[in-house]
Parts: sequence; structure tokens; C-alpha cells
Amino acid sequence: MLRDDLRGIYYIAMKDLRAYYFKPPNISWGILFPFAFVVAFAIRNPGDLRSLIPGLLALTILFGTSSMEAIVIVFERRIGALERLFLAPIRLSALLAGKLLGGMAFGLTVTLIVLIIALIVFGAKDINWLLLVLSLLLSAATFSALGAFVSVAMREVFEAQTLANFIRFPMMFLGGVFVPVDSLPVGLQIIARLLPLTYSVEAIRKALFGVPSTYPVLDLMVLAVFTIVLFALAVHFLARQLD
Amino acid sequence: MCNIIEVKELTKIYRNAKTNTPLRAVDSISFAVREGEVFGFLGPNGAGKTTTIRMLTGLTRPTSGQARVMDFDLWRDITHIKKHIGVVPEVSNLYDELSAFDNLVFAMQLYGVPRTERRSRAEALLMRFRLSEKRDAPFAKLSRGMKRALTIAAALAHRPPLIFLDEPTTGLDVMSARHLRQMIATLRDEGVTVFLTTHYLEEAERLCDRIAIIVKGQIVALDTVEGLKATAQEAPIVEIVMSDINGQIETRRIEGINDVGEGIRMALAQADGRRVLAINTIRPTLEDVFVKLTGLSVEVMLAEKGDKGQSNVA
Repeated sequence: MLRDDLRGIYYIAMKDLRAYYFKPPNISWGILFPFAFVVAFAIRNPGDLRSLIPGLLALTILFGTSSMEAIVIVFERRIGALERLFLAPIRLSALLAGKLLGGMAFGLTVTLIVLIIALIVFGAKDINWLLLVLSLLLSAATFSALGAFVSVAMREVFEAQTLANFIRFPMMFLGGVFVPVDSLPVGLQIIARLLPLTYSVEAIRKALFGVPSTYPVLDLMVLAVFTIVLFALAVHFLARQLD
Repeated sequence: MCNIIEVKELTKIYRNAKTNTPLRAVDSISFAVREGEVFGFLGPNGAGKTTTIRMLTGLTRPTSGQARVMDFDLWRDITHIKKHIGVVPEVSNLYDELSAFDNLVFAMQLYGVPRTERRSRAEALLMRFRLSEKRDAPFAKLSRGMKRALTIAAALAHRPPLIFLDEPTTGLDVMSARHLRQMIATLRDEGVTVFLTTHYLEEAERLCDRIAIIVKGQIVALDTVEGLKATAQEAPIVEIVMSDINGQIETRRIEGINDVGEGIRMALAQADGRRVLAINTIRPTLEDVFVKLTGLSVEVMLAEKGDKGQSNVA
């Protein structure tokens, strides 16, 4: 059973990457969109551009993983192709894990490109590589699970896109990408603490610059909890579709 | 011959989301499918054919009842069942972006076909379904008939001993439909059990060893084609074709008789000096059986399916 599931996870992810993700518009969109936001912010508030890198990386993972992930299941359900996966001899959780892995792989790939460019421009001094890798991996898992949850919960592609944006855009402005969470009003700080992007930005910032002086393990644990909860909800919603 | 599918009082009740009223899509059906046969599942639109297939393949959870497929329990062992079945849904549903070849390879990857066999098996399937020339064409670019053929090929990619075909020839032109019927007949010759739903009665008559007719979620008849016809004929009918001195041809039916001999005697008595060209005993067709059991005309059923009353059976 486990062997079947692992095989299914791998091939579903590979199929999704080939069929949907690695297309030129997706790759350019996945990089350009976060860049555009950060550049716009930098022009409006010129200063230490280096400090924007954690937010840029986190945004790139968020949009890279969740943009296509949020619509791919709805789309496959509409054309009937999702039934092919339901008929495969694997568990539903494996089916969804395959979808998750595809989103993660794409998100990490585009983030890697952004990271390399950032390292070339700003240097790679004093980076905690282990923390950076763990932060990027867990962020990708969280945002991919978020995309999968949105995708299974909605019936139409436009509904999924609307819900995904409804979740992502507030996160983008409250999650510490442009403005540190600590500088927000108390009410918004509380909301920010409920958003996974906040922990993603904090963990990446800690890995790159050694600040803020929070516990990065806590950030990673919160991201892991978000991943598990969102994934479990997505499996639950998917299972209900068989009733 | 042992049973490959055994169904006992299988029921599916859907709830209307708006009114919350229950709808018994499949109502306590029981039947068995024998290994190696083509089992036809006939019924009008909305009778419960697709819901039955969906339950037997794990796509929909039954509300109650029992079923065993390949000797595995439907409730407990659905993942094992899925390994041994192929399913062709009513709508061709491969991946538009992948080529014909890649779609077949992906189907094999999901079912654990060894890497060394995938390429040769995919090429063989493409050749068998006359799709070799379209090997590298994206699924989206194929014609409707080719899409259907490739969807069936994908369902056979892991060589399942049991295949479910849900309305496989619906919407196809005569030639494509004919080719697919030949493929289904070949599958039976190879020992594959075929569970076939269709609304083309001639198709069922030609292909199926046994047929179940389902109406409003209940099986109203299950037998061989000959057996079904026999149950529909309550009394023999004799038809006499006569020609008068001017060559005018007249056909008369003699009904309400006790046996064929009596019918022939009455027919000859009615000839009245005219030349008798032929005396036929009329046997009911599967269509007669269907109309009698469902109360629907075949034209209505085809029109419901969007075929505008046209059959693609040549």
C-alpha cells in the first residue's frame, strides 16, 4: 500500500509539473509578480533593499506554490481528469500529496532562481543554510497545502482564484513582507500572527540575517502545523466528494 | 464459470441539496457478472447505470448493500479492487496537455507497470487502436473517436481482467463506433470481462452475453438476449406476405393465436387466391423487450442522450 502511494505521489507530481506548471507564462509570472510588488515598494520607500529579500522570497514561494495549485484540482474535476486519479490504486491522501508535491517543486524552483539572483547581488555572508532550507521547504509545503485546500473546497476555477486571492493579498500586506509585524498596530499584529506568511518571513529573515531575535524553531513548528491542518482539511473535503 | 462481480442489495441515495429530499438513484439491486462475459447494463437516462458503475469502481460510496469485485469487498478493499479494474467513463477524460503516448505511460505509471514494459506496451496499444500516427499529438488535438479510443486504451494499459465501459460509443460516428465494438468483441475473446452500459439496443444485442435492464434504480430484467426476448413474447405472431394478380403486395399480421401452426393455417385461409410470397413468424426484438419493460420508446431514450434519435449502429 505504502509503495503504491509513494509511486502515485511521485508520478502525479511529475505529471502536474509537465502538464501545468513548467510553462513559460507560469515561470515568468511566478517570478515577476513578487518582484513587481517589492520593486514598487522599494521605489516608494528607498532604503535598505537587502531587508526586503526575506519578504520577496516568501512572496515568491506563496505565489509560486499556490497560484496553480489553487486551480489545478478544480480544473481537473471540471474536465473529468480528477476521476482518473480517484480510480488509481492509491489513497486519497496520496493523491493530494502528489498535488502538493507538484506545487512545492514549482514554488521552490522559482524561489531558487530569485534566491540565486539575490545572493549574487547582495552576497551570501553569515547565512544559516540549514534554517534557510527548512524555512523554504516548510513554507512551500504550507502554501501548497493552502492552494490544495482552496482547490478542493471550490467548484469553479474563478471561485478558487477569488478565494485564493482573498486569502493571499491580506497576508501579503500583514505578513511582514514590507513592514515588520512588530511595527503594526496591536490589532493587526494579532491578525498577522494567524497568518502562515508571517512565520515564513520571520524564519527566512532569521536564516539570512540572524534577526529578529525570535525562536526560528517556533516559526518552523507553526508552519508545520499549518501544513498538517490545511492538508487534513483538503483530504476531508476531497473525501466528501465521493459521497 | 465463477462470478467476478457479486452485488447484493446495493443502494445509493442522494440528497437534493436544496430540498433535502432523498433520491434513490440505485434501489437495492442484486446481480452477478460472470468471468469472461460481456455484461450489458441497459436503461434510460437517469436509471442508475452510471451510479452503479461509480459505486463498483470506488468513485461513489454506496449508501447500503454489499458488493464483491474480483473477490474483494467493496467497502474494505477498494484499493485492491482498483488495481484490477479498468474504467472508461462516459466522457473521455485524459490530459489535454499530454500526448497520446504520454497519457498511456502515465496510466501505466499510476498502476505500477514496470518501467521496462511501459514504452513497448504503449506503442502496442497505440497500434491496436490505430493511433500510432497520433503518438505525439496532444490529447486535446485528437478527434472525438480517437479520444474515445485512447481513453479505452488507457483503461487497458495495466491489463485489467475486468473493464467497465460507460456508454463507450455515445456520440461517435458510425465508423468509429463500429471499430470500438470490434475492440470490445476482441476483449471478450481475450478473456477480459466487460461491464458495458449503453443505450444502443442493437449494440447490446450484438455484444452482450447477458443483459440487465435497470429502470428507476431497480433491475427489472436480467437474462441472455434470447431469454429476454422469450419473456417478452406472450403469444406467437405470424406474418403473411401476398401478391395479387396485378403484383400488388400486401402484408398481414395474424395475432392472438395459440401456436404457430394455427397462425399459418389462418394466414393461408386469408390468402384467398392471392400468391403467397412468404410466411414469417415474428419474434420480438430487444427493442420490444425494452419498450415493454421501461415504457419508453427507443427514440425518446436516444433523444434524451442528445443523439437526436439517431443510432450509430451500422
